[in-house]
Amino acid sequence: MASKLTLSNRTGWAFALPGFALILGFIVLPFFFAIGLSLTNQRLISPNPTQFVGFQNYQQLLGLAVVTLEPERDDAGEAIRNEAGDIQYPRLREITRSDPQYRGMREWFRWTSGENARIVIASDVVFMKALVNTFLFVLVVAPVQGGLALVLALLINQKLRGINVFRTIYFMPVVVSIVVVSLLWRFIYDGQNGLLNSILQGLTFGLFQPVDWLGNPSTALPAIMAMSIWQAVGFFMVIWLAGLQTISPTLYEAAAIEGASKSQTFRYVTWPGLRNTAVLVLIVITMQAFALFAQIDVMTNGGPLDSTQTLVFQSVERGYGKQDISGGSTISVILFVIVLTISLIQRWLTRERY
Amino acid sequence: MAAITPDNHGLRLFVRYLVLSLIALIFVFPLVFMAVSSFKPTAQLLSDTSSLRAFLPVGDLSFNNYADAFRRAPVGLFVFNSVLITGTTVLLSLLICSLAGFSFAFLRWKGRDVVLSIIIATLIIPFETIAIPLLLQVSKLPWIGLQGLEWGWLNTYRVQIIPWIADGLTIFLFVQYFKGLPGELIEASRVEGASWWQIYYRVVMPLSGPVVATAAILKFLIMYNQYLWPLIVVQQESYRPVMVGLGYFFQLNVVWGEVMAYLTLITVPVLAFYLFLQRAFIASIASTGVKG
Repeated sequence: MASKLTLSNRTGWAFALPGFALILGFIVLPFFFAIGLSLTNQRLISPNPTQFVGFQNYQQLLGLAVVTLEPERDDAGEAIRNEAGDIQYPRLREITRSDPQYRGMREWFRWTSGENARIVIASDVVFMKALVNTFLFVLVVAPVQGGLALVLALLINQKLRGINVFRTIYFMPVVVSIVVVSLLWRFIYDGQNGLLNSILQGLTFGLFQPVDWLGNPSTALPAIMAMSIWQAVGFFMVIWLAGLQTISPTLYEAAAIEGASKSQTFRYVTWPGLRNTAVLVLIVITMQAFALFAQIDVMTNGGPLDSTQTLVFQSVERGYGKQDISGGSTISVILFVIVLTISLIQRWLTRERY
Repeated sequence: MAAITPDNHGLRLFVRYLVLSLIALIFVFPLVFMAVSSFKPTAQLLSDTSSLRAFLPVGDLSFNNYADAFRRAPVGLFVFNSVLITGTTVLLSLLICSLAGFSFAFLRWKGRDVVLSIIIATLIIPFETIAIPLLLQVSKLPWIGLQGLEWGWLNTYRVQIIPWIADGLTIFLFVQYFKGLPGELIEASRVEGASWWQIYYRVVMPLSGPVVATAAILKFLIMYNQYLWPLIVVQQESYRPVMVGLGYFFQLNVVWGEVMAYLTLITVPVLAFYLFLQRAFIASIASTGVKG
C-alpha cells in the first residue's frame, strides 16, 4: 500500500485510543494493582491506613515445613503403643507453639518413616489444598477434555446425512451458563434421589449403592471435573473441527493411494495437520481450568472438608467475602504466575523443531 | 478388506447413527430434565428422578412454577437488566473494537506496534486474576451523574458494562479480518478523497458481516452468562442480572419446581437463539481457533 496514503498519526491514535484506554484501565492497571496490593495489608473498607508489608502475604500463604515427631518412649526406650498397636506421638502443637519459626502453622498431612512421624505443616492449609485441587483439576480436565473433544470432532467430520444435527447438539451445553449447568448437575449428583444414582442402580439391577457424589470428599472433585468436561467439550470439538477442515483432502487421497491404514492416516496426515490447533486447545483449556470458580460456588462452596477448594474460589472468598483485598490479590498473583509459567512451558514443549 | 455388501453397509450406517445418537443423549438429558421439570409440582419432580419419568412430560403439568417464580423474585427486572447490560456492551464493543482494529490494520502511526503488542499480551491475563483488585478500583472511581460528581461504581449498570467493552480477543479478530480485505479498496477510496471515518463506515464495515457476527456472538455469550463479576460488584436488587438473581431461590426454603422454571426461563431464549443461528455460532468459535 502506498505509504503516504496510510500514514496518519492523528487518526490512527484517535481510532485506537478508546479501545486501548479501556484495556489499560480495566485490564492492565488492575493487573499491576494486584501485584502492588499483594505487598500491602489493604482491606476493602478499613478504618486503619494501608501499610506496606513486603512479602508477608506470600509467606503467610506459601509457608511450608516438615517436622519430625519422635514417638513417646517408656523408661526402657521402647515406643509406646496404644491398644490398636499404633505408635503414640507427642502433640504437634508442642512444636509449633515452642518454636517461633513454626508459629501458627498447622498439619497438612503426615507419613511415617521407621518409628518417626514426618509431618508437613503449612501456614495456610486451606490454600495448600486449593492449590493441589486446582492442579489436579487441570491435570485431569486438560487432557481428557481435549482428547474427548478430538474424538467428537473426528466423529462429526464424517460425511453422513444429518451430521450437522449432531454437531449442533454436542455444542449445546456450551451456550448454557455454567451456573445453570452446575445447578442442574446438583440434581444429577444428589445422594438421595439423584439421577446418576438412579441410572447406575437401573443398569446394575439395584446392586449399586447410592453415593452422595458432592457430599463425599473423595468423589466431589471428580464429579465437578466430569461436569466441567461435559459442559465445554463441544467448544473444543468445534475448534478441532476447524483444524481438521484446514487439512487438504489431497493429502488423504495420497495416503489412500499409498495404502495407509486408518491409524496410519491419523498418525501421519491428520495429527501433523492439527499441530497448531493442538497448541491452542491445550493453552486455552489450561487457562480456563485454572479459573475454576462458578461450579464450586454453586455446587459445594469448597467443601466437603475443603476437598473442592480452588485458587479462584479462595481468592474471591478472601478478597470479597472477608474483604481481605490484599490476601485475595496475593492468590491472584500466584495464580497468574502459575498460568504464565505453564503456558510458557507448553509453548516451549510444542515449539516447531527444525 | 471385506467387500462392502449393501447389507453390512446398512448395518454400519446404523451403528454409526446409534453411536452418534447415544452421545447426543448425554449432551441433552440435563436440559430435557430441566425443561420438563419446570412444569411439574416439586413433590412429583423429586420423586420422578428415580425413573425415566424424570425426562417425560407426565403427571400433573402446569405453569404454576412459573407464576410462583415471578411472585418470589423480580424475574422481569433481572431479565431486563441482563438484556440491557448485554445489549449495550455488545454494541459498544463492536464499535470501539472495530475502530481499533481498523486503525491497526489500515493506518500507520507512531507507537502502533507497541500498542498492539500490549493489547495482545493481555490475552494471557485471565479475568479471574484481576477481579479482586478491579473490585477495589471500581469502588473508588469517580462518575459524573445527574447529581454531579459521585464516587464509586458499585451497584450500577456502568460497572457491569464499561470494563467489558474492550478486550484483546475482539480487537485481534477485527485486525485479522481487516487484514484479509483487499488493500486496493482502501487505497482507491483514499485517492478519491474519502476521509478515514467514511472509509470505516462506508467501505470496510459493510464488508465485515462475518467478523461482526463472530465478535457479537462471543461477547453475547460472555455477557449474558456473567456470574463472578456481578456477584461481587452488585448487592442491590435493582441492578442484578439473571445469573446472580438465582440467589433469590436459595434463601429460606428451596422450591425446586420454581428453580427449574427460572432456569428454563433464562436458558431457553439463549438456546432458541443458538438453534436459530447455530451456523454462525459454530463458525464464530471455529474462527477464533483457526486464526489464533
